[in-house]
Amino acid sequence: MAVTLTPNITDPDGFYTQLLAAHDGLSIEDSAALNARLILVLANHIGDRSVLTAALKAAKLEDS
Amino acid sequence: MVATRYETAYQLYPYEKAAGQDLDVVEHHPVVIVGGGPVGLALALDLGKRGTPALVLDDHEGPGQGSKAICFSKRSLDIAHRLGAGQPMVDKGVVWNVGRVFHGDGQLFSFNLQPEEGHRNPAFINLQQPYFEKFLVDAIRQAQANGAPIQIRGKNRVRHIEQDGDITHVQVDTPDGPYQLDADWLIACDGAGSPTRKMMDLTFDGRVFEDNFLIADVRMKADFPTERWFWFHPPFKHSGASALLHKQPDDVWRIDFQLGWDIDRAAELDPDRIRARVDAMLSSQTGTVPDYDLVWTSIYTFQCRRMKNFRHGSVIFAGDAAHQVSPFGARGANSGLQDAENLAWKLDLIVKGQADLSLLDSYAQEREFGADENILNSSRATDFMTPKTEISTIFRNAVLDLAGKYAFARPFVNSGRLSVPCTYDDMPLFTADAMPDAPARSRPGSACPDAPVDDGFLLDLLDGQFTVLAISGDAPSGPALFNVHIPDPSPLLAERYLGAHKQAVYLIRPDQHVIGRWPAYDPDKICAALQRAIGKA
Ligand SMILES: Cc1cc2nc3c(=O)[nH]c(=O)nc-3n(C[C@H](O)[C@H](O)[C@H](O)COP(=O)(O)OP(=O)(O)OC[C@H]3O[C@@H](n4cnc5c(N)ncnc54)[C@H](O)[C@@H]3O)c2cc1C
Repeated sequence: MAVTLTPNITDPDGFYTQLLAAHDGLSIEDSAALNARLILVLANHIGDRSVLTAALKAAKLEDS
Repeated sequence: MVATRYETAYQLYPYEKAAGQDLDVVEHHPVVIVGGGPVGLALALDLGKRGTPALVLDDHEGPGQGSKAICFSKRSLDIAHRLGAGQPMVDKGVVWNVGRVFHGDGQLFSFNLQPEEGHRNPAFINLQQPYFEKFLVDAIRQAQANGAPIQIRGKNRVRHIEQDGDITHVQVDTPDGPYQLDADWLIACDGAGSPTRKMMDLTFDGRVFEDNFLIADVRMKADFPTERWFWFHPPFKHSGASALLHKQPDDVWRIDFQLGWDIDRAAELDPDRIRARVDAMLSSQTGTVPDYDLVWTSIYTFQCRRMKNFRHGSVIFAGDAAHQVSPFGARGANSGLQDAENLAWKLDLIVKGQADLSLLDSYAQEREFGADENILNSSRATDFMTPKTEISTIFRNAVLDLAGKYAFARPFVNSGRLSVPCTYDDMPLFTADAMPDAPARSRPGSACPDAPVDDGFLLDLLDGQFTVLAISGDAPSGPALFNVHIPDPSPLLAERYLGAHKQAVYLIRPDQHVIGRWPAYDPDKICAALQRAIGKA
């Protein structure tokens, strides 16, 4: 299955603010830890290995 | 002279001058096994019980003292049982199935390695390696008494070998001086430092892991449960990045501390310093420091590597000589025993002229595949326990933090994936699955799962020969093979071998791996599969 790379979040500005707010006041180490936990939570939610593989590729800015 | 390289736990095969040593004629042996560790001994026993002469040369007179293997897997016990050495191991060993993983003060989760009934052997026992070797030697003595052509020569050190066409000339040092013998087959079971491998100038490449582990085996009376306890970031002082507590027989407990890479080994081995660590760990569990003795301490580092080829003409490598893994996962001795049983029946057929030499390439192919699987698992566990980079540490800790709270993260936690036999999927000696919708765990290539049969167990019936196993349906009547018919399978046997099918016929190798399976008995198909299984197709 392909990973969705077209807009898919209804309130992008709202979500973006929420994401940054979660990092408010965190040191760079704590932010890195939060990001890692978030990635793991999201990856598990997706579950499908082919989507995860495609997502990794997209995040590396590799051509599909 | 034969130098003593390590202290032995007990003398099991004292040096005796061999009759041929003084003669001018060179002894000739079909199979010479270099090294009487668990792998060499199991191989000799398996060959000898089949009637093929096996000579074991070891440069000591018994097993080495100290902390090596303690965890022996169900598959190893199944193999030992077939060889007549299993029961004393289980009787002496500490049976365990449950492990707990902690992070700091809290438990992340527990696991049960054998959550199901109907197996003769438990998932694991803990047993000090010297006992394991002793029970193999006891079984060898028993087999010798029944006429099995096995010899073990202690204080016989292989010093030099030379391959000469089909024959290998072997030079052996003994307390009475050197002698020479010739071997049709030389099996190197001489451990991770394999002198044979070095004499042949063969490489042993892989990864070194930059970490040191301190082992302390302590003797004490304590009533911790017989479970494997593993801590990431242990809450007790000076215990390093991880710690392990595991019970062995004779009131001995294995304790492991992960110390990191840059350490002063000599300082860390100071008994006072070790005691301070052990005190902190034990008192964190009991509130007080119990009385204990330090039985054995050592620091080890480890590597994951294997030889490129396990077979070099008539010289064949098995066990640690061929491959080495980290101890997490207990895949060292356990996989070596699978090498031994894979090799034994093939070599036996070849020595008896019943199969072509190429059958031995399947040993190399199957066990190189097994080694890769073990190295993969072992490397992954090690990468989790000893993260290599800052970011891998971040992810590792993220997993641990999540795992305490959410079930989804627990499968990522890796303190060693414990040894299970590999399945030889798609390997040439096996026949394509004619029952793809039958249970996957007993598909061609897999080691037969055990199951109850009458008052005993299925594996007892698979006694080291090619076996046709008919479950329900009619009794097999065809080729002169060893036939086992189970007209009324137990529900567990049916669940593991039939699934939704009413009946099935399995063809099984001497090492209890499934060759093929069919919904009905067809002698032609069995014959074809059998030919293939000995490399003749
Ligand atoms: C700390 C630690 C913990 C471990 N825990 C486990 C565990 O829980 N489970 C597990 O399965 N594995 C474990 N292992 C691995 C296990 O100990 C080895 O995989 C196992 O000993 C390998 O058996 P082997 O017969 O191949 O070699 P070895 O046991 O090394 O035996 C080789 C033999 O060859 C002899 N020899 C060497 N050179 C010569 C020569 N030139 N001539 C004649 N003889 C020679 C040696 O004296 C020795 O007797 C552990 C290892 C370590 C270090």
